[in-house]
Amino acid sequence: MAADAAHAHDEHHVHPQSFYVKIWAGLLVLLVISVLGPELGYKWVTLVTAFGIALVKAFVVMKYFMHLDLEPKMIWYILAGSLVLMGQYFFGVAADVMNHEGTNWENVAAKAEIARGLAAGDGHGGHGGGHGDDGHGAEAGHGAEAGHGTEAGHGTEPAHGGGH
Amino acid sequence: MGFRPIANTRSATGVTTGKLAIWWLLSSEIVIFGGLLGAYVMHRIGHPEWANQSVHTNTMLGTLNTFILLSSSLSAVLAHREAELKNGPGAAKFLGLTILGAIGFLVVKSFEWSNEIAHGYTITASTFWSFYYTAAGIHGLHVIIGACIMGFIAYQANKGEDLHRVELVGLYWHFVDIVWIFLFPLLYIAK
Repeated sequence: MAADAAHAHDEHHVHPQSFYVKIWAGLLVLLVISVLGPELGYKWVTLVTAFGIALVKAFVVMKYFMHLDLEPKMIWYILAGSLVLMGQYFFGVAADVMNHEGTNWENVAAKAEIARGLAAGDGHGGHGGGHGDDGHGAEAGHGAEAGHGTEAGHGTEPAHGGGH
Repeated sequence: MGFRPIANTRSATGVTTGKLAIWWLLSSEIVIFGGLLGAYVMHRIGHPEWANQSVHTNTMLGTLNTFILLSSSLSAVLAHREAELKNGPGAAKFLGLTILGAIGFLVVKSFEWSNEIAHGYTITASTFWSFYYTAAGIHGLHVIIGACIMGFIAYQANKGEDLHRVELVGLYWHFVDIVWIFLFPLLYIAK
């Protein structure tokens, strides 16, 4: 039975090279859209073109390059199990990490880190912002300051616990 | 239209042994990268100050590396196609192209990191950069491992041996590509 299932694809044929080249070209078009999306200046457009297109690209690679649709359901269950574990981790932890205050508690250290980081960020703005290859040594200095903030962030846990 | 599996012996589950092992490996990788990227997303949302750091990543080099990895995925699937056609040397040729893509990716990454480190954006500069180097570094490690394994399999394929392994290493490589597909917007686009 199982061996028969393994042979079930025998009737299929191999795609021509041009088929895969077309898929690749489509992926490149999606890449261009995801890069140009932020240029429009709308946050929601950036989110859609960046992460929406990432999902589409991943789907295309899984379907046409990995041929996941031809695999038996068992493979899908294995992968789905991992995705469920990932979701469990995310939704179990996210509430504590993404919020810095709640009923009878406050994450003072995290708030202080944000304040320090934003203040350092204003300093970056004073330099005119820009990318890492701008060559502003002073900007790197700010990055180091943010690093000290991070170390303070290690104190997040005690502050968190103390706040309860 | 579809693919005919090459290795279909020892199949008690409907899935060949090697392919089942690869899918188990990839499912464990989902948990590894999923955990890492999930942690990044929650911190990125909870810490608006990270935006001040993420603007310094180099979108152009990130885009170039995405192009390289997508292209190497194309050559990986073309290697699989040649293996299906029992053309070992052809499969080895396309695996060689995929390895070239891996090398190109690592070269671009080394330029990118050198520039960032030279400007003080090191792994200890802030939590953002810590995530950045950890995520991209673990991914880069997978690229290196994949390239080494592909070299071995290309050598075998060139002699016409164990052609089913071409598909297996291809699955791994496409997964590495998918991880980058999600890393790219997280680290380079969503600023």
